[in-house]
Amino acid sequence: MEAAVFILSLVDCCALIFLSVYFIITLSDLECDYINARACCSKLNKWVIPEMIGQCLSTMLMLVSMHWFIFLLNLPVAAWNIYRYAKVPMGNMGVFDPTEIHNRGQLKSHMKEAMIKLGYHLLCFFIYLYSMILALIND
Amino acid sequence: MPPSNDMSNQAPPYSSYGYPSMQPAYRQGPASHTDSSPSQDLYSQSNYQQYSQPFPNLSQLSAALGGLSGVPELEVESLRPVNLLQERTLLPPRPLEAPEPNLTPDLKKVNCSPHVTSVTGSMMVRAQSLTTVDLLISLFNTAFCSLSVLFILTVSIAFRLQIITTLLFLSYLVPDEFMYNPVSRSYGEPHRRPEVQNSTVEFIASSDYMLRPPQPAAYLFVLDVSHNAVEAGYLKYFCESLLENLDRLPGDTRTRVGFLTFDSTIHFYNLQEGLSQPQMLVVSDIDDVFIPSHDSLMVNLKESKELVQDLLNSLPAMFSQTRETHSALGPALQAAFKLMSPTGGRVTVFQTQLPTLGAGLLQSREDPNQRSSTKHLGPATDFYKKLALDCSGQQIGVDLFLLSSQYADLSSLACISKYSAGSIFYYPSFHYIHNPAQLEKFQKDLERYLSRKIGFEAVMRIRCTKGLSIHTFHGNFFVRSTDLLSLANVNPDSAFAVQMSIEDSLADSSLACFQAALLYTSSKGKRRIRVHTLCLPVVNQLSDVYAGADVQAITCLLANMAIDRSISSSLSDARDALINAVVDFVNSYKSNVSSLQQSGLVCPSAMRLFPLYIHALLKQKALRTGTSTRLDERVFAMCEFKTQPLQQLMRMVHPDLYRLDNMSDQGALHLNDTVVPQPHLLHLSAERLSRDGAFLMDCGNVFYLWIGKCCSDMFIRDVLGIPNYASIPPNMFILYCPKKACLLFVFLFFCRDDGSAKATFFQQLVEDRSESSSSYYEFLQHIEQQMSK
Repeated sequence: MEAAVFILSLVDCCALIFLSVYFIITLSDLECDYINARACCSKLNKWVIPEMIGQCLSTMLMLVSMHWFIFLLNLPVAAWNIYRYAKVPMGNMGVFDPTEIHNRGQLKSHMKEAMIKLGYHLLCFFIYLYSMILALIND
Repeated sequence: MPPSNDMSNQAPPYSSYGYPSMQPAYRQGPASHTDSSPSQDLYSQSNYQQYSQPFPNLSQLSAALGGLSGVPELEVESLRPVNLLQERTLLPPRPLEAPEPNLTPDLKKVNCSPHVTSVTGSMMVRAQSLTTVDLLISLFNTAFCSLSVLFILTVSIAFRLQIITTLLFLSYLVPDEFMYNPVSRSYGEPHRRPEVQNSTVEFIASSDYMLRPPQPAAYLFVLDVSHNAVEAGYLKYFCESLLENLDRLPGDTRTRVGFLTFDSTIHFYNLQEGLSQPQMLVVSDIDDVFIPSHDSLMVNLKESKELVQDLLNSLPAMFSQTRETHSALGPALQAAFKLMSPTGGRVTVFQTQLPTLGAGLLQSREDPNQRSSTKHLGPATDFYKKLALDCSGQQIGVDLFLLSSQYADLSSLACISKYSAGSIFYYPSFHYIHNPAQLEKFQKDLERYLSRKIGFEAVMRIRCTKGLSIHTFHGNFFVRSTDLLSLANVNPDSAFAVQMSIEDSLADSSLACFQAALLYTSSKGKRRIRVHTLCLPVVNQLSDVYAGADVQAITCLLANMAIDRSISSSLSDARDALINAVVDFVNSYKSNVSSLQQSGLVCPSAMRLFPLYIHALLKQKALRTGTSTRLDERVFAMCEFKTQPLQQLMRMVHPDLYRLDNMSDQGALHLNDTVVPQPHLLHLSAERLSRDGAFLMDCGNVFYLWIGKCCSDMFIRDVLGIPNYASIPPNMFILYCPKKACLLFVFLFFCRDDGSAKATFFQQLVEDRSESSSSYYEFLQHIEQQMSK
């Protein structure tokens, strides 16, 4: 049972890692002028909700299986994702808005955010791996 | 060959076109404080007493100020400390000019004139690390303004723009073609070529710069014909104006026009050559708009001219009895987009009410009882933004004429123009009978709009020296990538601003260069590149930066930033940020440059008007609180700040006030046998007005002439042709056309002491306190309090 929870979280975390990498690659493509702002933003906006779902799934799993420490580790990122999504003003085309992305260093801040998330997900990945192995051994 | 500064004859080596030797000097254009009226002398006298010397000896002063580099020839006028709480006369006698950067005479000739490009400071600091303050560096550019002389060149080398920048940096590698100077038809002297001698040059673009053959000029007019529109009565005047100006529409034989009218359905007009009269096609399915027949809805103007004229003559009568009250603007714009997609061009939309039907319908968000609320400054829906981006991608620019008397959610509607490089015109309370001033303005604006120069399918690239990077853009365009702006249409009346930051130290150059290149298709189908170049010296000391600051550009940049902040967070945040900008500035001057321990508010002479301008900015419609301001008017004022050229903006913020009835010939200009007196600028305070005078206020696009009750009858007779004060009609105005073709027509309102324009006139006197805002002196005291915290 424990192992199943951790296997699921591990898979979820892998997906989130791949997603972060995808975000980083797309944003750096925009920086280097390989794609234009509209294409970049529509690609990224498509994956904002799946990322949120993935993160919340992981958090819920940890909550349900009562692993409090890991739950508290996941909670800030989930909360941040939800806050970022809810804070988008009505006139914007999503979290990534092509008309605003080149203004006020937004591109840089999005890039930084994606990098931090990547680091965080990698950390979580190893935690889940370790916990999963522990759970499998204990079974 | 020995280097020489004599740039004549045989191909001198590049080293002779030397760098200016490092003189961290700066010049402020107009001399200040040459007022001769006695009361003002008293104040400035007392200020000088403070420093106990009238500055006869520059080195004495430089020692007193301390910390300035020991160059004896320092022009310290710009750095002279001014105690704002004590000095009452800050304005220069004539309108402020931008400070000139100190470069060698040859480079100075080559630099862009301030009316094309102005920068917030005429010096660039070498590295961000040298300053402990945040430096705002920004560039204002009217890329497409009319110029008296423009060199047009054909160069067949690719990367020619890189060559210009390299030339400025003294490259030794010069391609052979550059040795020929087409203007003087001589060989040698690449530094004499027009692009190096002039700051603005236009190139003929080769086919490498074309994604498709240059498009013809295409104009589509989308007209609101709902009941509201008929009430407002604009249609008749629009048709008249277009009929008159049909031949003056910029273009050639390929010019195309089309018309679309809409209320709750959309009406297309078949104008095919050969028809006896225009044929109207109605599409009532507004949820899925389709175009009835592709060919003849946009027609060649030359071929179908009579049909177009027939249509314009019959259009007002067609809808005079309409009972439709709904307005399906969104579907009409979608139809316009579909119609124009194959070619691109310009769409002009006339709207008189809130769109209530179909996609993009808007709700009324303004609460009339809460006129001083400052919410809802951003768009309510992203429909117009998305549509604008689609249009921008197809090279369609959308211009909006909003002629509504009630709330029409301009903040959402404006998006259609903002991101497709269009312009916005707003006529609040437009009515063809009740508001003749607005009607006249509409007619004159339309005349200018229809006949002004236009460029199509344009992109603009802004380059700067290595070490500087651009991080924010202001204006109506779409930013496709970090330095590429996509402008579907360019016109001479709009301006752009960019903000830059110093990423790496500018260690190895003594010049910082900026270049804006605009690639566009002219209305005659020629592909051109217009290049503006500007360079500034790089200095090491913060005091030099202060001395070269351009206070007007800084004010307008801060206004743009405040508007961005008020949309993204809140208006009160933006206002606080503006006040903090002044406080930070005074604090940093005190701690970094001035070594005098002064109480009071001291700032360098170059920036003495900065707090005054910020104070005036806080009273603008766009940023004011406390006074009831209609939301649409506020949003429109914000849009103006983003797109108007610098000189217009500054006169909007801080109008020029002159006294007319006692002008003397002292200091007058002599032009063509006429003597043009140059009255001095006055501070914007009621204390400068007097009952027996006549005062002219220049607000950019509106002039006010205030005539005091006891003004001499002779003056009134001679100037206005009216026998005496009592016979001036209360709401008199005339339309005045300045000689310069660049400006729109201006209104001249005559304010009697008890007329209705008087209230507007007095609102512009920014130094005085009003019910909802403080006076200038109180503002200074507030700043002083904030400083000591």
